[in-house]
Amino acid sequence: MLLLVAMALFALGLIGVIVRRNLLVMLMCMELMLNGVNLSLVTFAQQTGTTAGAVLVFLIFVVAAAEIAIAIPIVLVLVRQRRTLDADAYTDLHG
Amino acid sequence: MIDSILANLDTALLYVFALSALVGAVLMLVLRHPMQVAMALISTMVSLGVIYGLLGVHFIAAFQVLIYVSAVMVFMVYVIMLLDTRDASFTHRFSLWVLPGVVFGVLLFAVLGYGVVLGVDYVANTPASFGLAQFAAAFLTEYWLQFELTSVLLLVAVVAALAVIKGSKGRQRG
Repeated sequence: MLLLVAMALFALGLIGVIVRRNLLVMLMCMELMLNGVNLSLVTFAQQTGTTAGAVLVFLIFVVAAAEIAIAIPIVLVLVRQRRTLDADAYTDLHG
Repeated sequence: MIDSILANLDTALLYVFALSALVGAVLMLVLRHPMQVAMALISTMVSLGVIYGLLGVHFIAAFQVLIYVSAVMVFMVYVIMLLDTRDASFTHRFSLWVLPGVVFGVLLFAVLGYGVVLGVDYVANTPASFGLAQFAAAFLTEYWLQFELTSVLLLVAVVAALAVIKGSKGRQRG
């Protein structure tokens, strides 16, 4: 059951990254994907009784903190240039 | 009926909070204002923290609340308050990719769920067989290299964040 919930959270986060236009909402949906992965890791760790899954969860905490610490300045720089959070306003960024 | 619910209170709570996590995740997709989305995400994260506690890994539950809800989401809420969010993405919240995105997400969930249902069948109400002491010993002896690498990752993240801000300032001046 919990594994299905974890996959649903991951899929919902992916849908959010694809369908929403707001940059901050897309970032939060990425956090939701990481949370889904965390739930599956905790479930596996608890099921098998090994510590590897719990260690990986802690590493994902650090990765999430680092991701948000880099992504927020990038969003701030983008907003300072174009004055909008709309992802469609930055289509000239793809090569 | 109440007796059977009380006897399986852990499992019942597990279902309740799993449902609340899913509801929060669905709300994230449909709510309009980024602040509402942030609140939905926070409710999902707190529900996941409760699930971790019910599974018996209390230290992960504590860090879920401390790091995700306190640090990451407070940072996010500050940025939402800092930026003016009423722009084109506020009036038209969905991109052109709504239908392909939803279809792809549902397909992904179907494939993953099919694999899970065919594979391990999991019963959730067994308590964790390792505690904080065992986890800490394994973290700092068996996985010490990964632990040290995370400090490098954090350092790189700090330097990169500073470089992004500095680089954009230099370009504006020049």
